Amino acid sequence: MDNDTFPKRVSPGFCLIPREDGIPRAIIPQETPGDYFEEARILAASGGRFLGLWAAGAPEPRICTAFLLREGLFVLVLPLSSPEGRQTFPSLSSFLPAVDRFERSVRDLFGFTPEGLEDTRPWISQGLWSVPPLSSPPGTCIPETPRADLREYPFVPVFGPGVHEIPVGPVHAGIIEPGHFRFQVVGEKVLRLEERLGYTHKGVDGLFRSRDISSGARLAARISGDSTVACSIAFAQAVEQALDFTPAAGVRFLRALLLERERIANHLGDLGALGNDAGLGFGLSQFGRLKEDLLRRNRTHFGVRYLFDLVAPGGVRATLDDTAIRDLLDENRILSAEVAELQKIYDDHGGLQDRFQNTGVLLPEVARRLGAGGVVGRASAQAWDLRADHGGDPYRRFPPALALAHEGDVAARVLIRFLEIQESLVLARALLEHLPENSIAEPLPDNPETAEGLGIVEGFRGEVLAWVRLSPGGVIRAAHIQEPSALLWPALEVVVPGNLVADFPLINKSFNLSYSGHDL
Amino acid sequence: MWKLLVKIFRTGRLTEKRSRPVTPPPTPGFGRSLAIRHVDAGSCNGCELELLALENPYYALSSDGAKFVASPRHADLLIVTGPVTKAMKEPLTKTLEGIPEPRRVLALGDCACDGGIFRDSYAVLNGAPQVIPVDHRLPGCPPTPDEIRRAILQSFTLARTGRE
Ligand code: SF4
Repeated sequence: MDNDTFPKRVSPGFCLIPREDGIPRAIIPQETPGDYFEEARILAASGGRFLGLWAAGAPEPRICTAFLLREGLFVLVLPLSSPEGRQTFPSLSSFLPAVDRFERSVRDLFGFTPEGLEDTRPWISQGLWSVPPLSSPPGTCIPETPRADLREYPFVPVFGPGVHEIPVGPVHAGIIEPGHFRFQVVGEKVLRLEERLGYTHKGVDGLFRSRDISSGARLAARISGDSTVACSIAFAQAVEQALDFTPAAGVRFLRALLLERERIANHLGDLGALGNDAGLGFGLSQFGRLKEDLLRRNRTHFGVRYLFDLVAPGGVRATLDDTAIRDLLDENRILSAEVAELQKIYDDHGGLQDRFQNTGVLLPEVARRLGAGGVVGRASAQAWDLRADHGGDPYRRFPPALALAHEGDVAARVLIRFLEIQESLVLARALLEHLPENSIAEPLPDNPETAEGLGIVEGFRGEVLAWVRLSPGGVIRAAHIQEPSALLWPALEVVVPGNLVADFPLINKSFNLSYSGHDL
Repeated sequence: MWKLLVKIFRTGRLTEKRSRPVTPPPTPGFGRSLAIRHVDAGSCNGCELELLALENPYYALSSDGAKFVASPRHADLLIVTGPVTKAMKEPLTKTLEGIPEPRRVLALGDCACDGGIFRDSYAVLNGAPQVIPVDHRLPGCPPTPDEIRRAILQSFTLARTGRE
């Protein structure tokens, strides 16, 4: 990191305070669009990873842009009220290609114009509404575009001898979320892939407005069901930062434990599905069995199979007694041995490795440029893991080893999942053995003034980020949750060309991105 | 290879024996075989996770005679999850049109029943019954695989339970 430029440029009046409950997180207000652009450019040039861009509407229109540095999380906030009532902001696309879809989404939903963004196509709203839906106050009826369904989305065309297009979706053949893929192929080979998403857009940012904290937490838990714990912790952290509240050690331990259980369950599911997509049904049955065992234990000890609504701002709704801890430690031991055994079988299986290796390669350099994090990033040599880097307690006490691979192919993403399951099991064991006296949710303090906070955790897919702005009395004025899928979908587009059409399901599964978390 | 075979042998048979809660009905039905088409109309993917669980060795839904199919043309039952977003309205109705009669529709999860937590957002239509005729509803967020299995078995019969 470039120490000469970075700290000096950062706006006055802010400092990074180390936190007990996670990495340092700072909101940096920007006065002018020029400052905002410059600050973002410097953060990006100092090795900051762009994590997301979102907006809040009237009465406090603003643009927020997040960067993750090794030092902590920075969110630049640019208020959008110029005397002329102009609602524009400078596009960062000139140095940050990844902002494209984020800025288009802001234009779609809020009507704020990113100046300098070349792509004028709608993204998240699919052009369904004739006015930006979040530009009006909650409860207003939003007029729909007449016959919007007849409008064709202008996919980038590819011409040439033998090129043809394959449209896929939005409804897919299996039990999966909806989204559209447009392949341009020659013979069996993909020349270009373009995604069209937004089918699961539910207006989550709009639904957050005017909710109280606890119903906001229920909504946050449903941003993407597979990441419910991660989204809930990020949201809780954001509320807690806004209210200047630090949860007790017992709460932080239990949250960390729940997060690892979510990670393990998802990785088990993915490993099974990856085996199956490469023709080994055995993998699906075996990993499906292990995942089901884990979910049933969740039900026994936490009351639910998927860990919805257990993490609440201020605490956790779970306790573990000695018998439960013993049982979970037993499970931990068995799971570790079983997964090691299955890993050996996967490694030795020639047919499987043949499909996995050199398929869907994301080169480390490309991963860096796209800012890919999480499992996908780590499989392409991007050494970012909030737990290993600078997580607060309990990660500081039991830092998990960073799983890293360099090949960037499906095999590498499979390997990362195997490594992370084992590492998660080690961490979970340490947490169980050192679990402080449990303490359940504590009452949150009141906020007499408007308050703002950030939260970020390493979910099973990558970094999940949350931002909330609270009115006095704990009413949510605006909130946003950024799930890592939004950053990783463009990486999938880059990876697929050059591969066979038939390998797409396998590559797609090795990414396992959320549509709901992207579309919000 | 032998390691794999040993593992299969040691794991044994895990599918849980369950009695069918409905005896084969005297009324017309789908007999002993039911083909299911699932459409995610904007769920959070929680309901999908539990639908997928039905295919694991413990539940092995196919041993009940029900299986998921890729084309609506092959389907008897449509399972809808999610609150039905505006963007999914048309794909959902088109999928239903593709399913030959007789057919049944199951709204699965709180979202599909009435919009659930996403109810009254500008972007959702407050559940499947607002968009297509629904025969069965299964609330829950998400419902458990056992509950889903029971609801699916119910759909083997053509008897109507609360069609809109
Ligand atoms: S019912 Fe619950 S689990 Fe199912 S899609 Fe809706 S929010 Fe997700």
